[in-house]
Amino acid sequence: MIRINDLQARVEEKEILSGINLEINPGEVHAIMGPNGSGKSTLSSVIAGREDYEVTGGTIDFEGEDLLNLDPEERAHKGIFLSFQYPVEIPGVTVSNFIKTAINESRKGRGEEPMEAREMLAKMREKTALLEMDKSYLSRSLNEGFSGGEKKRNEIFQMAMLEPKLAILDETDSGLDIDALRIVANGVNKLRSEDNAVLVITHYQRLLDYIEPDFVHVLYNGKIVKSGDKNLALELEAKGYDWIKEENV
Amino acid sequence: MTDLAQDLLSSFVIAEAGLNGSKNLGVVNMRKEALDRFETAGFPTTRDEEWKYTNLKPVLKHDYKIMLKSESAVSFGDIKQYLLSNLDTYKLVFINGKYSSWLSESTHQSYDICTFAAALNKYPDVIAKYLGKAAPAGETFVDLNTAFADDGAYIRVKANQTVDKPIEILYITTDENGTSFSQNRNLIIVEQNAEVQVLERHQNLGTAESFTNFVSEVFAAPDARLNYYKVQNDSDKASLVDNTHVNQETGSLVHVGTYSFGGKLVRNNLNFYSGGEHAESHMDGITIIGDGQTVDHHTLVDHQEPHCYSRELYKGIYLGNSHGVFNGKVLVRQKAQKTNAFQQNDNILLSDKAKVDTKPQLEIFADDVRCSHGCTVGQLDKNALFYLRSRGIPKFEAQGLMTYAFASDALEYIKIPQLQKRLNGVIAEKLGINLEFAL
Repeated sequence: MIRINDLQARVEEKEILSGINLEINPGEVHAIMGPNGSGKSTLSSVIAGREDYEVTGGTIDFEGEDLLNLDPEERAHKGIFLSFQYPVEIPGVTVSNFIKTAINESRKGRGEEPMEAREMLAKMREKTALLEMDKSYLSRSLNEGFSGGEKKRNEIFQMAMLEPKLAILDETDSGLDIDALRIVANGVNKLRSEDNAVLVITHYQRLLDYIEPDFVHVLYNGKIVKSGDKNLALELEAKGYDWIKEENV
Repeated sequence: MTDLAQDLLSSFVIAEAGLNGSKNLGVVNMRKEALDRFETAGFPTTRDEEWKYTNLKPVLKHDYKIMLKSESAVSFGDIKQYLLSNLDTYKLVFINGKYSSWLSESTHQSYDICTFAAALNKYPDVIAKYLGKAAPAGETFVDLNTAFADDGAYIRVKANQTVDKPIEILYITTDENGTSFSQNRNLIIVEQNAEVQVLERHQNLGTAESFTNFVSEVFAAPDARLNYYKVQNDSDKASLVDNTHVNQETGSLVHVGTYSFGGKLVRNNLNFYSGGEHAESHMDGITIIGDGQTVDHHTLVDHQEPHCYSRELYKGIYLGNSHGVFNGKVLVRQKAQKTNAFQQNDNILLSDKAKVDTKPQLEIFADDVRCSHGCTVGQLDKNALFYLRSRGIPKFEAQGLMTYAFASDALEYIKIPQLQKRLNGVIAEKLGINLEFAL
């Protein structure tokens, strides 16, 4: 589905990604772990198209297309979704109006007709129930005054509505208590299928107890220095990141 | 002194005898005294503190015709688009400053909704009691208007009456007189516990430059309620100085909303005199302008009595090389304890060439009050923009959505849904977006 080849990126003069190689196939769940400052969030931002980062080398191929030439909205139309670590508050735009606009703009971008109002409403009902959200969420201003947990749940709600091919969850577990974590993880698991893929970016192993990865990669100093299965995450949890750092001095 | 000032002074001698109210000695003297003050003061320049940010020179330099002729060729079809559709309203329409009875729908049934000319000629008691009592002598543009004002809207709602439908006041300028200078005047009297909604706009239908010096005096008696909406979306040839002065008594509520989307230069001098306990003064507005346009909001709330509330919320969005000014003065007199005054002015510059000058001005002489004020000038938040785009919303629409979201709370106080919808449409058009998400 997505093939990242020797990806290098920097912000201002500082190199943050120094040659990332990663391939994700439909149906797979990949986890990227690593200490703070290793480049995890940069990788997710570069895939989603944030313009603050300059890609200095390498390629990202998404279903046969060069992703790096596309605007963030075009990437969304192709089926890439980023769940933000810090979702932005937008006063004056309600959750339901926002998601309606997002869905119909994405459809327009793909040359499809807008979704019928009735279908939209039914889908919103279904997905709020999935994430155990009260319907009153929908008429609140987007993320305004939301608690940390509510913001993350709202991210996964948007993911459920948009049905992306590749969902990137950037530190979705941060700021969540154990109940919210279970609800969010359950939501993600319900959305998994043979046709879509999930990239989980996390500092801790905790989330991976709920969203079980097929592959775990360790990112350090802008490179993937180790890959394995879910046991690698357990090993990291037990031993910390120091041994990775020592191995890669 | 500019040529326009001299033209005005010499025209007055000829105009005077023909002006409405010329049989009323009080009015005649008032006009003369006002003109004398104008002769001494002249037009303000950028050396005057109150006009520091707005230069009138480009407006004053034209050779304006001062004594204007009406035009009979204007049909309802020509002005329809400037009125609210699908809504029954009273209408007071003026063409080149003269009342057009065939385009208007006035009434004398339960309330007077007619002309300032009629008031000048027929109601000397009303004129003696109200004319010049809200708009202070000594302000150049007010004085000039007092000297020349011949017609305009006269609204008087008797005690305990609620006017059954909104009143639309439309001032039309045509090319009939070429480059023209208009001076109309409203007198709006809302008696005890009466209620009314008023919409007002100035529109230049022609291609010649126009300049309007407008005065509106508003009197809100105890427990009176007035919503007064000013829609400013005039052509690039039109300049306007609007002087609105509102006298409020105990328990009255007055809201003035100013929605500025066009015109070459617009200066709004909006003044509230809160002269009775528990009076509420609301003023809010949205400004969205572009290349070559200036909008200047100068507001004053004068809290004279205890336990009053004022709320001021102005949002500005500036494109191209437009220029915005906000100067909000809140005066709390020593007697006005327990005043609650809120003021906020937020601006977004959508272009590197756009400019805004914003200045809150608080003068507080009472010690037990709550006054808050804030002003911001910024660009759209880059993080928020990326957030919206990452959800599939294209850049242009995302900017429009964020801009709309930024501005829309200044529309919340509007009591006429048709007007709110209309303004939403104008905003969408100005920002070049589809506003389905907001409606």
